[in-house]
This record gives sequence, C-alpha cells and structure tokens, in this order.
Amino acid sequence: MQIRSDEFKERSVFAIHDANLQTALGRARYGFVGKRAQQVADLPEFEQLREEAKNLKNHVLDNLDHYLARYEQAVVASGGQVHWARDAEEARKIILGICKRVGAKTVTKGKSMVSEEIDLNEALIDNGMEVVETDLGEYIIQLAHEPPSHIIAPAVHKTKDQVSDLFEAAHGGPRKTQVPELVDEARRVLRDKYFRADVGITGGNFLVAETGSSIIVTNEGNGDLTQTLAKVHIVTSGIERVVPTLDDATLFLRLLARSATGQETETYTTISTGPRRADDLDGPEEYHVVLVDNGRSKMLAGRFRDMLRCIRCGACMNHCPVYGAVGGHAYGWVYPGPMGSVLTPLIKGLDAAYDLPNACTLNGRCQSVCPVKIPLPELLRELRHLQHQQNITPVMQKRALGIWRWVATRPKLYHALEQLAARALSGIARRGRIRRLPLAGGWTDSRDLPAPTGRTFLELWQGKRGQR
Amino acid sequence: MTSSPTAGPRVGLFATCLMNLFRPNVGFSAVKLLEDAGCSVEVPASQTCCGQPGYNSGDYDAARALARQVIEAFEHFDYVVGPSGSCMATIRHDYPALFADDPQWLPRAEALSRKSFELLSFLADVRGAAVTVDARYAGTATYHDSCSGLRGLGIKGQPRALLGEVDGLKLKEMEDAEVCCGFGGTFCVKYPEISEKMVDDKVRNILATGADTLLGGDLGCLMNIAGRLKRIHAPVKVFHIAEVLAGFADGAGLADAPKESR
Ligand code: SF4
Repeated sequence: MQIRSDEFKERSVFAIHDANLQTALGRARYGFVGKRAQQVADLPEFEQLREEAKNLKNHVLDNLDHYLARYEQAVVASGGQVHWARDAEEARKIILGICKRVGAKTVTKGKSMVSEEIDLNEALIDNGMEVVETDLGEYIIQLAHEPPSHIIAPAVHKTKDQVSDLFEAAHGGPRKTQVPELVDEARRVLRDKYFRADVGITGGNFLVAETGSSIIVTNEGNGDLTQTLAKVHIVTSGIERVVPTLDDATLFLRLLARSATGQETETYTTISTGPRRADDLDGPEEYHVVLVDNGRSKMLAGRFRDMLRCIRCGACMNHCPVYGAVGGHAYGWVYPGPMGSVLTPLIKGLDAAYDLPNACTLNGRCQSVCPVKIPLPELLRELRHLQHQQNITPVMQKRALGIWRWVATRPKLYHALEQLAARALSGIARRGRIRRLPLAGGWTDSRDLPAPTGRTFLELWQGKRGQR
Repeated sequence: MTSSPTAGPRVGLFATCLMNLFRPNVGFSAVKLLEDAGCSVEVPASQTCCGQPGYNSGDYDAARALARQVIEAFEHFDYVVGPSGSCMATIRHDYPALFADDPQWLPRAEALSRKSFELLSFLADVRGAAVTVDARYAGTATYHDSCSGLRGLGIKGQPRALLGEVDGLKLKEMEDAEVCCGFGGTFCVKYPEISEKMVDDKVRNILATGADTLLGGDLGCLMNIAGRLKRIHAPVKVFHIAEVLAGFADGAGLADAPKESR
C-alpha cells in the first residue's frame, strides 16, 4: 500500500469529523480496554509475565542468528522450506514464484500484517490470481477496498450498518442486519473458496526454533482452513517472531490473548509443522516460510531494537487516546497507533512519516499496557531527535526552539519577559480569560487561555520575602 | 530569599514556567505546604525551565543546556520540589538519560535526580509523618491524574490521601481519570484538532461526575482542561491541588473572573 503518512494532519482532521468512524471507534475502544483490564485483574502474575516476556524476547534478539538458524534446520527437517527476503520486493518475488510454479488461480489468506507490509495482495492480483481474505475483518475491508485500520481488528472502523451495505452489494440481497446473520453469510461465501484454493497464505504469530513450527491464533478458525485445505501453505513472518521452544511460546500466547482481545486464550491456536505427512489425514503438500527482514536487522543493530520485541497485540493502539480520536487510517500506512508511529518511520523513512512520532503527547499509557514492555514514548522521542539531527524538523520549529533556548539560558532576561507577558496577558484578559490571541490560534480556537494575574511568582516572592 | 529558618531540610522550590507566569498562587501554596511540613524553602532566581520542551522536541542539546542550569541552581539543596509531575519527572528520569555519556555531568544529574520530588509525593512519601493538612474546601471535586506524574512517578494514592484530610471536600472519581487530557506540551498547538477531541472526552467525563471542582497536579493539563471548560461555559472551578491543600483556594479558579474582594 502506498504510504500516505505525510497526510496525517489532513487525515486526522477528516477522521475526527467522520461520524461513522467515531461511532465505531468509541465502541471498540471501551470493549478492548475493559476486557483486557478484567483479564489482567484476574491474573495476579500478569506483571511478572510481562517482565519474563521482555527478558525472553531480549535474549532471543541478542541471539537472533542462532535461533533463526535452528528454526530453519527444524523446518527443513520437518519437510518444509525457509525463504529469506531482504525487503518487500524480494518477499513478493518469492511468494509469486511459488504461486506461479504451482499454477495457483485462487489464493486464500489468513490475517497477516507482514503481507500488508509487503503489498502482497496487489502483486498476486496483478498476476491474475484471485485473492480471498478469510479473516472476517480482512474480508470486510477487502470488499470495501480499504487497508486495515487496526492490526488485530482490521475493520474496527466500520459500523455494522456499513458492513450490511457492503455484504448486500457483494453477495446480493436480502440485506442482513444482525451480526450472526452477517457472519453466517461470510462463512457460506468463504467455505467454497477454501476448497478451491491452491495456495493458503497465513501470518505467523510465533515461530518455534525447537520444532520448526509456526503458530497462529484466530477467533474464527479461518486460519486453520486456509492452511490445511490448500495444496500449498505459505507462512509470511518477520524475522523477529522466533521463540526458542514451544514452552516459551505459551508464555507469549498467554500475554497475547489477554492484551489483544481481553480473552484468556484465543478461540483457535494452531500449530503447523511442515507439510502433510504420509499418515496425516489432511494438510498441505508443500509448506513454505518466507522470513522478511524489511528493515528489521537495521533495527536490531541500533537504538530501536526494543521495538522488535513487539508481538503485534494492538494493546498500545487500543489504549492510545490519539488513535482513539483519529483511528488507524490517519496514520497512512500498514501499522497504526504507537507501534506504527515507531515502525513506519523506521521502515519507510523518517521524512516519509514526519508527523507520526510527533503526534503524541508522550502520556505513556501504551508503554504501561505493552505486554513486552516496549518503551514506546522513549522511542518516539528518539525518532524526534533523529528528525531534529537530520533537519527533517520544520525550519520554523527549529528556529523557535533556538530562540527559546537562548532566552531560557539567560534567567534575568527570561524572567523579565515572563513579567512582561504576565502584564500584557492580564491586560487583555476579560473575566480571567483570553478568548482570542494572535498567533496562538492553536490554543484559542478551541480553548480559552486562563489569564495570568499580572505579576509572576518570582516577582511576588521577591517582594514578599525580601531581597536576593 | 530564605523563608523562616527551621531545623528541617532545605528545599529548593522548582518554580515551573506555567506556575510562575500563570498561577503564582500555586507557588505560594507549595511554599506553605512545605513549610508546614517542617522544611525551609528557597526559590533560586537563577532557574528558568526544566528543559522539557527541548527534550520532547528532539533537541537534546538545548535540553542539556537547560538541565545544566537547573543542576547548578539546585544541587546544593537537600531536596528539589516542584508542583508538577511533568517537570519533576524530567529532572528525575530524563536528566540522567541526557547525560548518560557525560562522565562529568552524569553524577551531578543522578545526584539531583535522587533528591527531586513532585510536591504531593514529597509531602506524602518523604515528609509523611510531618504533614498535617489543615484546610477546608466546600465542594465536590474530581481529580485528573496527569500522565507524567501518574506513570512517570507513580503518583496516584498520594493526592487522594491528602485530599481526604480536607474538611468539607467530597471526592468523586471520574471515568478514565488516567487518560491523557490532550495537553502534551506543544502537542496541543501542533495538533489542535486531536487535542480538542481528547480534551472534549476529558471534559465529558468530568461533567458526568457532577463535581463542581476539578483538581490536578499539573498546570499544563489544568490550563488545557480549564480552557475548554470555560469555552463551553461549563460551571466547573479548576484549581491545582496544592491550592486546596494549602487553604488558598478561596480566590478565583483558573480562567475564572477575579473575585472583587481580593
Ligand atoms: S508495541 Fe507492545 S502493545 Fe503495541 S502491538 Fe506491539 S506488543 Fe502490543
């Protein structure tokens, strides 16, 4: 998907005035947040699990080459194949190559953010294949020709009414209005596609080095049908998703379900190891894993390594008041919210997404819920620092900061100016407040400015308590 | 500029920019509370700003320049205390990070960090035994947890415990008290529409409590919320918690018309 993060400001304003979006966001936010809070309250060791998960991820990242090598060995031993993709283009080429070789006409897909990251669908469609998203949310936005707006709830921005309209247009009438009816209808349409599919593509929530398995979690079971009914199963995953053992994977599974959807466990947890064996009843004939780097090894080597701990649970965006105000599309690329505001500039370039690290109050709520304790606000600030160093920060802002620094390091001047401001502002105030202030429209367009009382504290203090 | 000598610790008051310019009453409230808690309070005239605007804008050099100034102004005190979780979290957490690679300044930054406290946590956690609140406030208040204080410094129970000792004051919690109000320093003017949406959510939660007063520990957030409350003509008074605890909340609230008799 074409990155449009440079339109963040326009898109966020548009989103705030989109009544449907605001309805959908309001409902979703409280659902996710409340359910997660309940799960956390019910699990006294939750905090301890977060710490363990953080440490374990750090250990894996410190030894990533080792675990990836072990993982590849295990995949090969189970009869599968691992492909390494340096970037999005290589990943697309590898997957297209496999699909073409087996003469694929229909490709079913489970939810995979990496496939969004590498623009896979367009590439497959351009090569004449029918691509069917089988996750209900992904299916909805595929019908709407829209990108996902959330990493675990891709259609969270849609209201039920909008979904009814989409389904009616795609499947014909009569128009369904109840959620169970809509789900049934999607199931019926998708069922047939599973059986026709030549290739099934899924993501990988975790890759297990010990066994060479890939693990996916879903609430609809669509991932299982995608990967077992097609002749070929392709897993797309980032290189950072490997964990040492199955046992370790359970630690993350416990955290993931609770953090993501506020469930103890997702409805389906599916472990795939290699292709179908001689005595298996079902399963694919070929099993491929495409491991995508796409900027990750660069992150590994630098100061943004912590970001690679991310298990894509979406808790940070569910708890982000900025995401809650503007929704996922405003962010302009695949990953929205706090984690996206870190990842997007790192993957697509600092200047391609100037606003994302800046459109944040650094309130820290994301970090406080992140199951692997990623210091998201620090990373966002660090990105601002890089933007500042590389002169991506707007000139006016840099100049303003320069002046502020010059004045603020001269206490006498600074205090004199504050005294001046205190007098001037209280002079133009009416009834204790200022309703319009030239050059301060950012504030006064939507808020009154509380007026100073005429004297600064330091001034009054010196008057009261005597001389220096 | 020393207050009456006592045997207690010497505290340097960090006079935050917003307090100094917009709300001197918060400063005097802080001084009273600190003195009542047995401290002697001084206000160094060589201070300006903690440097956070520079730090959060990615201008680490500017932030370091300001940090050095604060360290020099305050390092000879027993404690540095300020009526803002945001500024004090900067001194506590960010100064050591800013000087991580500077062997000369790092120890000084760390030493200052250790003795720097936000006012309420200082009163409750450090001076707990010496603190008695002697104030009255007739009204029902709701409390907004400012993010830096809450998540950066763990301030949550202290203000509520202290408010519990104010005669006549009823505390009514709002929904999402821990969610950001949309201030965020320069965020609120860089992304005014998003900020407005956030402060509107906050205002809705405040009004839903039916409280007549909003309290908080950070003037930035309070000015933002008060500004929005007044713009929509909501009759809610806004005070910094220090003003209520010190018994100095008898004047006009933030952005309210000054009382004639004062
Ligand atoms: S950054 Fe943390 S909270 Fe956000 S998606 Fe990743 S793991 Fe979840």
